[in-house]
Amino acid sequence: MKNDVNLLPTPFTELLRPHNLAHSWERWEGKLSVGVYDNDVREYFAIRNAVSLYDTSPITQYRITGRDTARFLDRLMARDMTKCRVGQAVYACWCDDAGKVVEDGTVFRLGDGDYLINVQEHNLAWFEDTAYGFEVSIEDVTEDYCSLALQGPLSRRLLEEIGLSGIADLKFFRLAQTELEGIPLLVARTGFTGDLGYELYLAPRDAERLWNLLWAAPIAVRLVPIGSHALNYARIEAGFLQVNTDFIGAEHCLRPSQRRSPFELGFDWLVDLKKPGYFVGRRALEREKAAGGPRRRLVGLDIEGNKPAVDSFLYAGNKEVGRVTSAFWSPICKRNIALATVEAGHDALGTELRADIWTTKELKIERSMRSARVVPRPFYDPPHKKS
Amino acid sequence: MSPAMTPARSRYDAVMIGGGHNGLVAAAMLGKAGKSVLLLEGSDAIGGMAASREFHPGFRTAIPHLLYQLHPAVSRALRLHRHGLRLAAADLPTIAFRQEGGTLALGDSRGAGDAGADLLAFRQRLARFARALAPALARTPPRLRTRDLESLATLGRLALGVRWLGREEMRELLRVIGMNVADLVEENFADPTIKAAIALDAVIGNAMGPRSPNTVYTLLYRLAGKTGHRAGAIALPKGSMAAVAEAMAAAARAAGVEILTGTSAARILVKDGRSAGVVLPDGGEIASDLVLSSADPRRTFLEILGPAALDTNFVRRARSWRDRGTTGKLHLALNGLPAALAGAPARYLLPGTLATLERAFDSLKYGDLPERPPIEIAIPSLADPSAAPAGKHLLSAIVQYVPYRLAEGDWSNRRTGFVETLLGTLEAHIPGLRAQILAQEFLTPADIERMTGASGGHWHHGEIALDQVWMLRPQPGMARYATPVPGLYLCGAGAHPGGGITGLAGYNAARQAIADGRTKERSRP
Repeated sequence: MKNDVNLLPTPFTELLRPHNLAHSWERWEGKLSVGVYDNDVREYFAIRNAVSLYDTSPITQYRITGRDTARFLDRLMARDMTKCRVGQAVYACWCDDAGKVVEDGTVFRLGDGDYLINVQEHNLAWFEDTAYGFEVSIEDVTEDYCSLALQGPLSRRLLEEIGLSGIADLKFFRLAQTELEGIPLLVARTGFTGDLGYELYLAPRDAERLWNLLWAAPIAVRLVPIGSHALNYARIEAGFLQVNTDFIGAEHCLRPSQRRSPFELGFDWLVDLKKPGYFVGRRALEREKAAGGPRRRLVGLDIEGNKPAVDSFLYAGNKEVGRVTSAFWSPICKRNIALATVEAGHDALGTELRADIWTTKELKIERSMRSARVVPRPFYDPPHKKS
Repeated sequence: MSPAMTPARSRYDAVMIGGGHNGLVAAAMLGKAGKSVLLLEGSDAIGGMAASREFHPGFRTAIPHLLYQLHPAVSRALRLHRHGLRLAAADLPTIAFRQEGGTLALGDSRGAGDAGADLLAFRQRLARFARALAPALARTPPRLRTRDLESLATLGRLALGVRWLGREEMRELLRVIGMNVADLVEENFADPTIKAAIALDAVIGNAMGPRSPNTVYTLLYRLAGKTGHRAGAIALPKGSMAAVAEAMAAAARAAGVEILTGTSAARILVKDGRSAGVVLPDGGEIASDLVLSSADPRRTFLEILGPAALDTNFVRRARSWRDRGTTGKLHLALNGLPAALAGAPARYLLPGTLATLERAFDSLKYGDLPERPPIEIAIPSLADPSAAPAGKHLLSAIVQYVPYRLAEGDWSNRRTGFVETLLGTLEAHIPGLRAQILAQEFLTPADIERMTGASGGHWHHGEIALDQVWMLRPQPGMARYATPVPGLYLCGAGAHPGGGITGLAGYNAARQAIADGRTKERSRP
């Protein structure tokens, strides 16, 4: 295949290949990832109505160990990491000196002084330089693990059927280090879909055995491998941000004006200005607060009509006040939803803006101005996500 | 511990870390402004690099030996004359030993000795350039995004100073400022000793060769200094360099500053994001809303304050600060002066030629020892009887291009050989020198680091280079002495305008801290 010449396979690539009817391979941090297997809408509905399988092996993982690990993580992350207990997963973001978000990710506390950070992009230089003066070891363990995200209302049943009997007791954002037929497994009740779901981490040599166990389960008739497109729809409904789509990491931004503070991204809940001690960006974030808060805000929008407001400019009257970064017509909400960044003052819930939507039909471009209302995120938050 | 080594109080208006000359100046300025000040100096003598040490019974010396740039504003503000500072020689002539033998008198700030009118004209031109840059060099660097009047005035003075040179001269300044000194002297002189002598003045103390960029700037920096109102003059203080520090300490004590030697600040206390004082090595805490550090930036930020209170990119920049020392110090206790050094007090140079200088720099670059080390010599005992016992003399030599760390071997097994190189070089130009030696001492940059705490043993607390001066010293956004931690100021040579005995970093920093304090009080509801 021409377009995957320079991309490395994951331990699941050859197992996924027969399912990948569209041969739609994508790049994810130098590894092969699937965009669409056959039909992205069918894949999306597997997330919402059945159980989906997504190969998350390319996710970058850092293992943090050593005496000062907890102190280091509390310095790195804007939220209070001392509250993270063993067996817990925590979503967090980290900032640069100017209080702009470098990236976000999930942190697993595997043991005392033993953490795993899962993140989209490479952050080794940032982590190591932030750890200067701390007794910690930061190791890129991406190659030590492969992983699958099993997401959807039937995901728990699938795991029970393959023999993970205690899975019903695993609470939202909790971890289980277990073994399944001799395969050491790290099970995290986390995901990027906003649905009931789990992520399974294991050694690459066990990939095929786990795969076979999964597909041998009776409920596997409802198991659908999904690509990044379906996942993207689900994460927009869940209101999750995607780095390089909804914001650019501060270390990669060429234009300083495009860097975003956590307040601008709606990550207020990931910032704890009351925690003791310094964390990177704290002084800048305190200044931002003191100066009247963020100058722009990431918001959820409910847009009139059914045409996704992809990349739309947003207007308040005739004034351009923002731009859509992710948009999608949500089948489960039956709403035309979007994530957008708007200037401060236009971010209050209920604010009515207008979205400039351009669509192509048989080479003809149609433009329509549709009303766009600021609404709460997430757009879809089923009770079974946490139950 | 003697009782004198404990602070009198547990709270002060300001704590000064380090009793180097900038620390003394800043402490004195704060004391004069009515603040209660505690100054902590880790070693047993005040003065930092300028502290006096007895390296052999009866022979006393400090690391720097000549005064180039003690700023008149500092002398005035601290009334250093009243506190006992006298110059034994106000305008020392320079004499260069020629590579091929013989000497060349290069004159003092007013004349060019045997070197002729060309050298005088060249010096006068550089002096005009230095004057034009003086506002930028002496004053607190301006804020860039500002309507602050003082900042605009500084920028305006600099622009006017440069413009007042006239069109031709302004063009010439802009042409030469980023140049290397070798090209500049090649344009102007034929005599290899003159060329090398000027080049040595441009590179001394920095990890730069005559062909390194921005060595014209370092030369101008040196010339912009004034000692006793005479630009470019080289002075020898009565009682040697330690007398400068002692006069400053006397001024500080007169201003009410409590000076504690033998006690360093182990840590800077940070509470609620502000500096709140210091922790002493025994764990005792001294409370103070204002903390100033005259230690170098690396030590201040990465060791005493610690990276935990700082942001990642700030720490990255602090770690990449160039402060590896390149200059060693040779001290010789002499029974008597050889004829070649026995004239009136002078500064002697062994500059070699541009080629040997550049080669010596190459050795440094690759962690090796130079075969022909460039040397600057002073005989403090000629002007200062306290430097040596009666009838005996002290030779103080700055040796340029001494690596902090050797690529092969280490100082324990290569010191003797290098001292032999130095003595051989000196003996070749100063016959009879070796026969007079009673005792000798050679300090590498690593020794100087150990003795003074200055990272890398760097004389200027960091290279004087275009990317490490003015608004960039020690980091972009930190040029006005305030560190990111409110209440903590940097006031040593690692802050603008940099190294040398100028007193300006301390003077400016103290004034800035006092002004910031007033602004804070005004804005308090």
